[in-house]
Amino acid sequence: MNRSNLGWWYTATGAARERRLWGTAGAIGLALAFPLINRWLGLGWEAKLIPIALFIILALGLNVVVGFAGLLDLGYAAFFAIGAYTVAFLTSPVSPFAFVREGHPVNFFLAMLISAAVAAGFGVLLGAPTLRLRGDYLAIVTLGFGEIVPLVVKNTPDITKGTQGMNPIGYPEIPGIVFALDPVPWYYLIVAVLLVSVLITSRLRTARIGRAWAAMREDEVAAASMGINLVTTKLFAFSLGASFSGFAGSIWASYLQVIAPEQFDFSVSIFVLCMIILGGLGNIGGVIAGGVLLGGVDRILFDWVSGIVHGIGAAINNQDLQFMDVSRSRQMIFGIALVFMMLVRPEGLFPSARRKAELHAAEEGEVVAAQERAVLVEIDE
Amino acid sequence: MTAAIVIGITNGAFIALIALGYTLVYGIIELINFAHGDLFMLGTFVCLTTLTLLGFSTEVGVSGTPWWALILAILAAMAFCGGLNVLAERVAYRPLRRAPRLAPLISAIGVSFIFLNIGLFWQGPTPRRFPDLLPQYDFISQFLGLHTLVRFTFKDLFVLSLAIPLMLGLAWVIQNTRMGKAMRAVAQDSEMALQMGIDVNRVIAFTFLLGGVLAGAASLMYGLYNNNTVFTLGFAAGLKAFTAAVLGGIGNVSGAALGGFVLGLLASLTVTYFGGQWENVGVFSLLVIILVFRPTGLLGQVQGDRA
Repeated sequence: MNRSNLGWWYTATGAARERRLWGTAGAIGLALAFPLINRWLGLGWEAKLIPIALFIILALGLNVVVGFAGLLDLGYAAFFAIGAYTVAFLTSPVSPFAFVREGHPVNFFLAMLISAAVAAGFGVLLGAPTLRLRGDYLAIVTLGFGEIVPLVVKNTPDITKGTQGMNPIGYPEIPGIVFALDPVPWYYLIVAVLLVSVLITSRLRTARIGRAWAAMREDEVAAASMGINLVTTKLFAFSLGASFSGFAGSIWASYLQVIAPEQFDFSVSIFVLCMIILGGLGNIGGVIAGGVLLGGVDRILFDWVSGIVHGIGAAINNQDLQFMDVSRSRQMIFGIALVFMMLVRPEGLFPSARRKAELHAAEEGEVVAAQERAVLVEIDE
Repeated sequence: MTAAIVIGITNGAFIALIALGYTLVYGIIELINFAHGDLFMLGTFVCLTTLTLLGFSTEVGVSGTPWWALILAILAAMAFCGGLNVLAERVAYRPLRRAPRLAPLISAIGVSFIFLNIGLFWQGPTPRRFPDLLPQYDFISQFLGLHTLVRFTFKDLFVLSLAIPLMLGLAWVIQNTRMGKAMRAVAQDSEMALQMGIDVNRVIAFTFLLGGVLAGAASLMYGLYNNNTVFTLGFAAGLKAFTAAVLGGIGNVSGAALGGFVLGLLASLTVTYFGGQWENVGVFSLLVIILVFRPTGLLGQVQGDRA
């Protein structure tokens, strides 16, 4: 196998490559062995890890749009909703389609692919007219779209059951595996999708299109004059990101068995954005780390801290502490994290060398030199 | 229809005041101040708290209108919002002035979340009643003796007679004062303004102050007109105002005022013909449509690679 075929981790040389190989293998091994560890230690974390892993899939998709192509998408949850509702339409007994209602649901895995395609289609539909806009306008258009989708779902109860939500939704069917009762098959399904997502995005990053994204992100005019078609390049990033979101949405719908418009509001888009900004825009390992970190804070640490606070409250007989809802400070924590990261480490906790150089170039006052260094660093890695 | 127009114009007045805050900031540093809507929400809470402290809490039927209390409340909200906006600029946006464009925008989203959470802790998650202190007086039925659905109440008059002078005052400040001249200079070319001896940081801080003061004034009007407030108010109000600013041509002060009124009308007509649940869908669809087909807005100028 030659180097360029194997993509990102073979482009590294020597010790760096070895470290990365072991790191990747270790992370995959840990992910696969997790249900066993969980059982030994009696953590009861499967149900918490599934959403975290699912949100990491979302983060990887958004990373293609924001991290690779540099397009700020604030309505990412809309595509998540579109994926979830597509799969519900195709498999749920309360579907608006007569053939599904009458007992011919579409196979889940087929429905999953269809929902990714539908989400990508909406991505093209929204992206084609708006991608000409400059960055912050695009952010607002996507924000508007992200608001419209749940509102339309809420306002059309004849089709989507409105705020009541759609329930139940079809399960994946694999002979010999029961998805209805046990979270472990879900965990493996999501980890498998996650690994495929990592593989796809990491291959894309160094592919021709990935290099086009990087060039466009750094300087649109220069990229266009080098023969990159800005519209199709942006559109591809946008619709690919949307299809990841649709894919994740379809799994999420089937896992939860009920979907309602409130699950897809603005805070979901921001949560995923926080993951990639915290972890490191453009760096796949960083995005995963950011996802684990934020997801862990959100799903595990908050519960844990609540437990402690309630315990202290009970011990000292303080009603306020005993019933304090720690997750109410969620937004505060995310808000402070966003501002703090922008001020102190805009490249994230685990940045890619290239992004870091871009973000710090201006303050060093040596844009060109820094970018040249970044290119060298990237080749070295 | 006519009833919807009156409601639309009045709503348009405070949308316009908030939109001015967006457009002023955007005109000077090209930042979409995402936190502006939540600043407005905090303004309504300041008014509510001030009025409660002065003894006018939610009970209905206070005899007469306590004008002095309203004046104190609006001054408190204007001072609070102005000060908080300047503080946010100093802490969260100024250090990022030379960073890539998306950095301050993301920082502003962070600030908006912080404001939202302050609102949640301050007044709790449920909507709060706002004291109904203005006279219940309908000019159309009282003066003309007509009993129709169309109402032009004292509340409408109050909002318009406060909002329009504020807008004219802003226009005067920008056109005729030394600081206004400096603002226009910085908006045109901040590098050059700096070299001409203008203290750019001070001008930018002053712009945030103006935007915050207008949002504070709008917050009292909103509270007295709608008689309720809730911590999630800022997001929708902010997006509506931003849409108005874009509709008028972002960065263009008279455009924002015009956009506010047009948007208020459009929203209230949507409510009349399609029902309240479609209001925000209408607003956001309009936003997407304008940005796609005429990103420079009604009064904006075509700008090279900006649009």
